[in-house]
Amino acid sequence: MQALNLFHYTLATCLGHGQQANWNAVAQQRTGLKPCVFETVRLPTFVGQVEGVEDQRMSEHLAHHMCRNNQLAQLALLQDDFSAAVLSAIQKYGKQRIGVFLGTSTAGILSTELAYRHRDSSTGALPADFNYQQTHNTYSVGGFVRDYFDLEGPAVVVSSACSSSAKVFGNAWRMMECGLIDAAIVGGVDSLCLTTLYGFNSLELLSTELCQPYGEHRRGISISEAAGFALVTREKTSPGGISITGIGESSDAHHMSSPHPEGAGALSAMQQALTMGGCTPQQIDYINLHGTATRSNDAAEGLAVANLFGADTPCSSTKGHTGHALGAAGIVEVALCALAIQNGLIPAGVNTQELDKTIGVNYLLTNLARAPKKIVTNSFGFGGSNCSLLLEKQ
Amino acid sequence: MSFITVYVDAIGLCGPGLDNWAATQAVLKKQVSYASTPTVIQASNHLPPAERRRVGTAVKLALATAADALVNGPYSASELLSVFSSSGGDGDNCHSICEALASQDRLISPTRFTNSVHNAPSGYWGIALQAKPASTSLCAFDASFSAGFLEACTQAIAAKAPVLLIAYDTPYPEPLRAVRPIAHSMGVALVLSSQATNTTLASLRISLGIASASVMDDTQLESLRQNVPAARCLPMLQAIANAQHKEDVVLDLFDNQQLLVEVTAMQAAL
Repeated sequence: MQALNLFHYTLATCLGHGQQANWNAVAQQRTGLKPCVFETVRLPTFVGQVEGVEDQRMSEHLAHHMCRNNQLAQLALLQDDFSAAVLSAIQKYGKQRIGVFLGTSTAGILSTELAYRHRDSSTGALPADFNYQQTHNTYSVGGFVRDYFDLEGPAVVVSSACSSSAKVFGNAWRMMECGLIDAAIVGGVDSLCLTTLYGFNSLELLSTELCQPYGEHRRGISISEAAGFALVTREKTSPGGISITGIGESSDAHHMSSPHPEGAGALSAMQQALTMGGCTPQQIDYINLHGTATRSNDAAEGLAVANLFGADTPCSSTKGHTGHALGAAGIVEVALCALAIQNGLIPAGVNTQELDKTIGVNYLLTNLARAPKKIVTNSFGFGGSNCSLLLEKQ
Repeated sequence: MSFITVYVDAIGLCGPGLDNWAATQAVLKKQVSYASTPTVIQASNHLPPAERRRVGTAVKLALATAADALVNGPYSASELLSVFSSSGGDGDNCHSICEALASQDRLISPTRFTNSVHNAPSGYWGIALQAKPASTSLCAFDASFSAGFLEACTQAIAAKAPVLLIAYDTPYPEPLRAVRPIAHSMGVALVLSSQATNTTLASLRISLGIASASVMDDTQLESLRQNVPAARCLPMLQAIANAQHKEDVVLDLFDNQQLLVEVTAMQAAL
């Protein structure tokens, strides 16, 4: 494939705001997860909450987009001079030639959850100031970012659960392949809400301690919120720049909430990404695993990774650092992989006490001082939706 | 201006007073006058019994619409790439979860949570048909049909393989209905290819631009077009059904951008 170049990127996670804060935590092997004190949620679990989301104010012309999810989106857009990069792309290509492709699982549903607590006691109606379109609707974050930059190109939100913001690179690539756009803002935003916290709790998939990806004693996920954006083009970046050179997408066709036990869909997605990028498994320096720390995900993914890469390729899940940001996990992990390439270090997983010895992969528990050039990152979701991306240093 | 060309190989429909594509064609050709009656969704015989009990209207609608498109086609459903697009997903399920979360105990059912993901129809479709190729699930509010259609077209071209698009919407119950009034359940499915075949119904030359959206001359169909996002497809389907040599239609996308589609009907549609 003709590479999709990562012209610029940024992120905001529970590790901090922007590239440097996030990379510092990875380099120091720190987690951003803390005991849950979000809203009125009282569940014995850890969450990754982004600092300062509530403090984001919106300018008047964006005021109707006000909700936690769009506040988090704005907070990320303000980091790393990302907005300046978008403005220069607008100058260069024009407003109609820049697409917006973002992933989310729950958008601003928190606004609806809160509105349901304040229904009219006689009619049952939601409060008069409740705004469905710009908060609850799955597209809301796409509309917000399109309005934030006053863009006039195509836009859509991908909502395929936890693979959403990895799959958006495919949307941007296809749109460029067809000549309809020259650049795209891709990424994803998911913010803490009651639906996912109580929902994963109902499935008994919430860990009561810090999540331990690939750990012998792993007991489920730690939910987090995050936002990340990348500006992608087909224009050549300077040497040393980072590109997406392979995109693999597949469906498990197995079960709504658990992966194919042998990781068949995961394997297919990774194979497609490598084939598209013209890479062999032996050329991959690091695999950023989906690694949610549920019993079934890590076992199935581990089997697929061992099948394709053998037992030696260094791999880890960064969900111990960031928590599982669901629809934003894909873009967060692309950003962390890009930082690993830029900083010349392969990140280890954190929180995991003792590795699950039945999974035959080279899972790192300490950072590896080796500069990765080719990285595969995995994002899998409910409904059996799988996406693997191949990142390469040019 | 950049154009892309794709071919429509099959159409499926399930909407109010529009039981399937055959019935819809008769309405669009004005052989039968349109009467809006509640949407009848055929039960899917593809879903295993355990899954059939679990699913809500949105999944049933999406699967029934797809089945109508594939009933006469030469496709193996399990080999098609798929794009699901909906402005809101399963309204009833969403309401039940929000109600439970506003209650004292906040207990929600695991099945309801699993079904709350926007890609639930895609997931059940995969399980039902053993479809393992790439599938995506999209939303663009009122533009969900056009945005899904555009994505399906770019996939057909990039992958050089047929793509199944399924755009569907279901109404919310109160109190969400008051703030997001979707009038009816409606789904539309298209099989799109990058190359014409002997079953091709129409070729479509598509670009992005600014123009006024095409409207339906029948007032009831126009009301449907405006009140259900999936029904924004109707002007294009009418052009295909009428098999005029060429017709330009404009599909609603955003305030400052529409999809311009030049429809050339092919002989199979006659």
